[in-house]
Amino acid sequence: MEELAAQDSPVHRLHPLAKLLVAVGYILAVMSFPKYALTGLFAMLLYPLALFQLSGIRVSTCFYKLRVILPLVCAVGVANPFLDRAVALRVGTVAVPGGVISMLTLMLKGVLALMASFLLVATTRMDSLCASLRRLRVPGVLVTLLLLTYRYVGVLVDEVSAMSQAYALRAPGQRGLHISAWGSFLGQLLLRSMDRAQELYSAMLLRGFHDHFHYVAIPPFRRDSAVYMATSAAFIALARGVDLPRLLGGLFVR
Amino acid sequence: MHMADALLAPGVAAVMIAASGTAAGLSIRDLRRDDAAAKLPTMAVTAALVFAGQMINYTIPGTGSSGHLCGGMLLSALLGPQAGFLSMIVVLVTQCLFFADGGLLALGANIWNMAFYGCFVGYYLIWRPIMRSRLFSGLGDRGGSRARIALASILGCVITLRLGALSVVIETTASGITELPFGAFAEIMLPIHLAIGLVEGLITTAVLLFVHETRPELLMDAGDAQAGASRWTLRSTLVTLAVVAALVGGVLSLAASGNPDGLEWSIFGNADGGYSANMGLDEEAYGVSSAAADAAEAIQEKTAFLPDYAFADSESPAGTTVSGLLGSAIVAALAVALCALGGFFRRRRKA
Repeated sequence: MEELAAQDSPVHRLHPLAKLLVAVGYILAVMSFPKYALTGLFAMLLYPLALFQLSGIRVSTCFYKLRVILPLVCAVGVANPFLDRAVALRVGTVAVPGGVISMLTLMLKGVLALMASFLLVATTRMDSLCASLRRLRVPGVLVTLLLLTYRYVGVLVDEVSAMSQAYALRAPGQRGLHISAWGSFLGQLLLRSMDRAQELYSAMLLRGFHDHFHYVAIPPFRRDSAVYMATSAAFIALARGVDLPRLLGGLFVR
Repeated sequence: MHMADALLAPGVAAVMIAASGTAAGLSIRDLRRDDAAAKLPTMAVTAALVFAGQMINYTIPGTGSSGHLCGGMLLSALLGPQAGFLSMIVVLVTQCLFFADGGLLALGANIWNMAFYGCFVGYYLIWRPIMRSRLFSGLGDRGGSRARIALASILGCVITLRLGALSVVIETTASGITELPFGAFAEIMLPIHLAIGLVEGLITTAVLLFVHETRPELLMDAGDAQAGASRWTLRSTLVTLAVVAALVGGVLSLAASGNPDGLEWSIFGNADGGYSANMGLDEEAYGVSSAAADAAEAIQEKTAFLPDYAFADSESPAGTTVSGLLGSAIVAALAVALCALGGFFRRRRKA
């Protein structure tokens, strides 16, 4: 993730605040589509796709992340076809119930919202994202905590996987952690990490840390960011207000 | 348990963000009073640990399955509710941003469902009363506090997880996302989360007991059984437990009730009383005649943040449907072309 964010492209160079606001606006628009508006929602797909191409990040990189969110979305949506049987449209002789449409809309919403937030994180470095959160007046305590945690997560995830591997090597043929080690496994790590964090904090204090970080200078809000925000807002408003696919199709079919 | 953006209507998401934001603001204010900066590194490292701890596979004896850690109770037992809440927020934000676990705008709802219940309800209504009580004092000093830790963590995890699951059901139903009636959805969600809560409670117990053995001073309220006993008598503990039991009972009865529409109505429409008058009537009856129901309906109309369900079924669909399908095909073709173009330029840049 960090490697993706450290790349360079027109999208990466945009102001982080602009990207954050557009991502939030886009997701809001996606969420606000009525539950049968499958065609209208479909047009929203064009927007993240265009940005993925501009930023040089492959669309497929974000899809393996879908496995995490799709189960709950599917669990909620999967009953719709059985409960909502009113026929919404006919394709040839096949009648499609409204429930199928609303289920597909729900899943598409999940995919689109994920693409937008993935795009934000994949093209923005964590420290500039945090700096723009500060600009939005998010309390400093929370932002500093977020940055510190982000740094610690990498270290601790490595440590936990090393410990798990060591445990697995000494407990062949056993899946997962035996109940006798439930407490000591994480507990040991917890105590050691807390001590280390305290030492680290003392070191930070000795080097003049006071309450909050000084962020790398984020680039000034240039014209390209303004253009980006305006274009995005226009597209999102258009796609939300007008059923673009239906309009396009209407050009050819009466 | 993590909700995706797709499961919420914008109105519901905004309400949940406002609620969680208020709780976060109050926590920050409380922490500022007692020197939050010194606590920051501990908060950050425990948050990261909860995050990493989710990756550990705990084998449940006797079954083939595995469980995970319950963050909220662990953090509030180690750091106190306010600091625990903030750390939990950071865990959820990190999960959302880097693992796509939960949506960006659904963060408010996720923070409420997992962090708020786990930290505030879990600490003030369960952890502290139990830890300060004289429960199990017959087991001696060490045995008593071990038993109290076990009871508080298991009860805390089970109850807070059930509250969270119930909130997921309420939020989804209020967003008008699913056709599942409220009761049926709750019946699916709650038993699953009862089992998960038990396992999470056991894991949390194990970790907290270990901390208690090695470094008891790190646990909130662990040493005060004697000191706090004057204020926290058996009676106050029993009262708190009764409140908790009522909460759980309410949750259970919601799940067991066979009248989902009434439930739905009771959630949306009982603001001005008249609730008991309408209990047990069927849909037609309360929808048509009762004055209270009319008032409730009016409120419901005003507070409804559900998207309008109007579906163009009346204006004969043949033409619009075909144009819709064709238009979607055009958009799909555009999308493919866009990707192909991007791939073409990427390859050229590499060459």
